[in-house]
Amino acid sequence: MSSTESLRTLDYSILQQCMHCGMCLPTCPTYDATKNERNSPRGRISLMRSIADGRMDATKAFGEEMYFCLGCLACETACPAGVDYAHLFEVARAEVEKSQTLDNPTRSVVRGVLLRGLFTHPRLLRLVGRMLWLYQASGAQWLFRVLKLNRLLPKRFQNLEGQTPTACGKFSCDLIRPVETPKDRRYRVGVLTGCVQDIVLSDVNRDTVDVLLANGCEVHTPSVQVCCGSLHAHNGDMQTAAGMARRLIDAFDLPNLDAIITNAAGCGSHLKTYGRLLADDPAYAARAAEWSRKLKDVHEWLAETGIRKPRSIAAPFRVTYHEACHLCHGQKITKQPRELLKSIPGLELVELPESTWCCGSAGIYNITQPEMAAKLQKRKVDNILSTGVNVVATANPGCHLQLVNGVRMAGHNLEVMHPITLLARAYKAET
Amino acid sequence: MNPGLLAEIKQRFPAVVCLEEKEDLIPYSFDGTATYQTMPGAVVFPTTTEEVSALVKFAAERNLPIVTRGSGTGLSGGSLPIADCLVLCLVKMDKIIEVDRKNLTMWAEAGAITAKISQAAEEAGLFYPPDPGSMKISTIGGNVAENSGGLRGLKYGVTRNYVMGLEVVMASGEILFTGNKCVKDVAGYTIRDLFIGSEGTLGIITKVLLRLIPKPDARQTLLAVFDKMEDAARTVSAIIEARIIPCTLEFLDSVTINCVEDYAKIGLPREAAAILLMEADGHAAQVADEGAIMADLAKKNGASSVQIAETAEQSTALATARRAAFSSLARVAPTTILEDATVPRSELAVMVKFIQETAVRHNLKIGTFGHMGDGNLHPTFLVNERNHEEMERVEKAMKEIFDFAVSLGGTITGEHGVGMAKKEFLKGALGELNISIMRKMKSVFDPQGILNPGKMFDL
Repeated sequence: MSSTESLRTLDYSILQQCMHCGMCLPTCPTYDATKNERNSPRGRISLMRSIADGRMDATKAFGEEMYFCLGCLACETACPAGVDYAHLFEVARAEVEKSQTLDNPTRSVVRGVLLRGLFTHPRLLRLVGRMLWLYQASGAQWLFRVLKLNRLLPKRFQNLEGQTPTACGKFSCDLIRPVETPKDRRYRVGVLTGCVQDIVLSDVNRDTVDVLLANGCEVHTPSVQVCCGSLHAHNGDMQTAAGMARRLIDAFDLPNLDAIITNAAGCGSHLKTYGRLLADDPAYAARAAEWSRKLKDVHEWLAETGIRKPRSIAAPFRVTYHEACHLCHGQKITKQPRELLKSIPGLELVELPESTWCCGSAGIYNITQPEMAAKLQKRKVDNILSTGVNVVATANPGCHLQLVNGVRMAGHNLEVMHPITLLARAYKAET
Repeated sequence: MNPGLLAEIKQRFPAVVCLEEKEDLIPYSFDGTATYQTMPGAVVFPTTTEEVSALVKFAAERNLPIVTRGSGTGLSGGSLPIADCLVLCLVKMDKIIEVDRKNLTMWAEAGAITAKISQAAEEAGLFYPPDPGSMKISTIGGNVAENSGGLRGLKYGVTRNYVMGLEVVMASGEILFTGNKCVKDVAGYTIRDLFIGSEGTLGIITKVLLRLIPKPDARQTLLAVFDKMEDAARTVSAIIEARIIPCTLEFLDSVTINCVEDYAKIGLPREAAAILLMEADGHAAQVADEGAIMADLAKKNGASSVQIAETAEQSTALATARRAAFSSLARVAPTTILEDATVPRSELAVMVKFIQETAVRHNLKIGTFGHMGDGNLHPTFLVNERNHEEMERVEKAMKEIFDFAVSLGGTITGEHGVGMAKKEFLKGALGELNISIMRKMKSVFDPQGILNPGKMFDL
């Protein structure tokens, strides 16, 4: 969507494209849980259409419904008519924010601090990451937990402290040089380091660079990168999202790169829409369109250019694969990560039951809707445990953290890893 | 709904979930049918037959119209609300109660999902053949109320052929059981059969007893391409004359072929007039024989190419065009109106030609695909409901298509039902006597006229 679109100005045919056949219902995690049409994609679209028709306003109940939706986009995969739900969802959440129907002091402060403060300032975000690392490395977290200080927090946040991700001691810029060149350079690519990924999974970024180097890519990684804005776009703040998109585009020398690579599904799904997001901005429209064309998920890029199969020999081990919603539904990338995993010597891929069912992370959904998120987390972890594997691979930081927490709460020591990390290890084992 | 009545429902049925807010009701103001929308007064979710019975008694006392609904996937407006009515949504009554391997039957609540019925049968090595397009989410109660069809109609029949018994809440609130597990039963009128296809106008189906059959162990898929629709039709006749009953005989017309090719790009010949997907199932040796004979007959009757699947993956690949047909058509225009005029299969080529001419005459885009083996066509109108002038042409074209189907000895609806969408055409198709008998039946079952009033025909 362009950054100023509303349900009433939206191209009406996008809403009409839904023929309310109901094929989305069995794939929608919220409808599955409640059996209430309002909590289904076609129900939500009917509410959006009522607003577009002027038969209803963006009420509080409408606002709550739009935030009860996970935005997992499983409905898009199931839809026979090709409804662009992701677009509708973003416009609808923006409509909710414009109507201010959900506003209250706490929510405004949290949104202000998180969306417009923290996530728009990469250096500030890193500072917070450093503090989190100190809190954890110094033993303060241990003390907090031993003394059960979480009881001092508001009730709905009490369980959240336990889910705080572990910060890395080093950020991506400490691990990756701005330009790294392999011996056999075939391509020149940019790598996105992300925001959350940069703080809690920076080693995955290093692994991504290693894998790209091993596959003939010269890698350009700007040391300071702003958040991609997906968090903002998915939470109704299109203006900020557009601003972030401009800053991120500016950080890369686009014409001289063959591709921009992301390893985070949620970011990738949004990054590919920059062309549409900045279509009305004469200064950026052309570059944003080029950006959308060149933006590749790392699995997608490797499948297109051909993965070099690692030459290492490894003892057999079993891995299952959880599909991040914004990879399988948002970007329709399902085969490539499996092919990548299968290229790893010794790795046996065990199919995960309900592999495309949302794990409940869904951006900041696990903070805004803890109850539903916990149900989905349990369902996912039960399915993972049923496979009997030691490692679950997934390619999105939100899912990654949700699974780490879920597995830990279930009392298991199964490892969660990015597929790229597994491949990077196989390359390392060659030497 | 008036607040007093609503308060009373909530007070009398504290355990039943009841929706009343605008944001909750709008999503129940339509079903799978294009262009229809009516706001209900409230939606309730009973979880037992007793609750359904008590709710119906309450509604009868207050003269409150009831519209029963499952997943709302119907294509004729059968579960479309009546203004301010009480919607009885049965999706929470979704248990499969029993699979009886000795008698080959299954007991299920009305809200059980068709795909789950099919899966439960398969897990017992058995087979529930009806496979309506919406089976992943449609409810078995809705299937029985609409007498739904599917792709396997030619060989295996439709929902009606698999219903052995029903539990029904009558308009009085009394709970009726009709039917049993006996293959033979001639005790009195078969009241059970009246509820099949009654579209919620005679009673509320709460449980179903289904007939299951052994699962066929082999399958063979073929795809044939024709330059002339008549050749495809001749092939179908030749197959039937050769005493082969394939489980699937599906076709796509030229408009549909081109839409599929635009969307899915699977290399279909754009100049082809028809594609025929054929599938035999049964014992392995018999299936292989039948596959070879069907391929031979297609070639003899003018097929420009015939492909036979060697593996399960190839079968899936051959079926891609048919699977993609509806999706491809649905993407062409904002509004997709899926019809189901049906003719005796010997008249199919004539009917398809007529639909194509009608499209040209009224300057409309209509793609036709469907079940060639049983004469059930799906002329699909690709239009924009906001273009009123175009919608008027749609109505004219539709009437001509239905009239022509009836004149060929066919029917206005093969598997979607009458509901709201075909109501005005019913009398023309059936004649006054049929309608008057239906009216009398309705008054016996539902003297107050509270069950899905205004659907199918007016009293």
